[in-house]
Amino acid sequence: MAGVSMKAIKLRIKSMESTRQITKAMELVAASKLRSAQARAIASRPYFGALYEAMNEIYNSSPCFASPYICGPKTGKPLFIVIAGDRGLAGGYNNNVLKMAYSAIAKQEAVVLPIGKKALEFIQRRGCEILTEDYAEAGVITAEDCELLAERIAKGFLAGKFNQISLYYTNFVSMLSQAPAGMDILPIQPKADGTSRKNIIYETGSESIFNSIVPNYIGGLLYGALCESLASEQAARRTAMDAASKNADEIIEDLNLRYNRARQGAITQEITEIVAGSDQS
Amino acid sequence: MKTFHLQIVTPDGEFFDGQAERVIVRTNNGDVAIMAGHSNYVAVLGVGAAVVVTENERKRAACMNGMLAVTNGEVRVIATAFEWAEQIDKERAKLALEKAEAKLANSSLSKEEHEVAELARRRAKVRLSM
Repeated sequence: MAGVSMKAIKLRIKSMESTRQITKAMELVAASKLRSAQARAIASRPYFGALYEAMNEIYNSSPCFASPYICGPKTGKPLFIVIAGDRGLAGGYNNNVLKMAYSAIAKQEAVVLPIGKKALEFIQRRGCEILTEDYAEAGVITAEDCELLAERIAKGFLAGKFNQISLYYTNFVSMLSQAPAGMDILPIQPKADGTSRKNIIYETGSESIFNSIVPNYIGGLLYGALCESLASEQAARRTAMDAASKNADEIIEDLNLRYNRARQGAITQEITEIVAGSDQS
Repeated sequence: MKTFHLQIVTPDGEFFDGQAERVIVRTNNGDVAIMAGHSNYVAVLGVGAAVVVTENERKRAACMNGMLAVTNGEVRVIATAFEWAEQIDKERAKLALEKAEAKLANSSLSKEEHEVAELARRRAKVRLSM
């Protein structure tokens, strides 16, 4: 009886140890990937900042401005871009952003562009209309892919396919905290600051420049959100795997205790049997 | 020669930050060279070659879309992609060109898909011509 349970406990300890090894390894991998993802996220910020600044400057320099990106078409469905990860085992990372996005998507008839395998699977299960499945792998998307994608959705917006474009992603707040966030990309709401502008020569006119940098701006926005999301994913995975390793440690400790107790019990029983046997003889 | 402060920013980070004598870029209206003392100016960049001339060297690069802004003597090139000629991955560009051409050969493309593929093809061509 004691022998069987001892063996079972031993087996459980072994399996726990190998689980712990895996979670530990995943934690280390996530930590090293996090460093490069974080660097990428930080490097992408000045580009977006510069474009945003330029856009506002152009907007403020012209008194009458009627860019189609600001007024927007009245037809079409809203488009939701949802960025999640390619893999699970990252704590609440995928679930948080997908839930948040879905609560907005479910209210209306919408088109969804999922980025990342988990986002694609989630949206497919819910049966929403999908714009394209080309961006199923979030990890390999480059800045240029974002640019081409931005070009495409900006054209769709102008053609009246979409009346609003929103983006759902995960903000990298810190190593320990990642917050899902949603923002509207189009129509654009530039900030009017009301100050008078210096003289600037706009080659081909301010409005045409504005209209041609909007796709770049969207591309920068998408790329920035993607970098933030990737960094968040790694950070979430690191934290989750750290917690899993700690839990495994705890279970192993507990099982060791039980194993020793069972062993001690078996020895005691054996001694009792021997003593009882020698008493009889 | 007089120099000015030139900044080249891409989504992958700040690419160049320093003094330059001249910068030539391909705008939507053709090539434009900017030298020190230029008045405030904004233009949209196309896909094409760019040249940066600093005090001791002249470097060629591939510059893809974005904008050029001159504000109070400071020049900023905000490009989707900016690569020095010697850094370009020709193999990758070749693959991209083949992929884009294969896509363009497919007649069932929608108008936007066609435009996107055409853009990808032009980018690959500029990279290969460096």
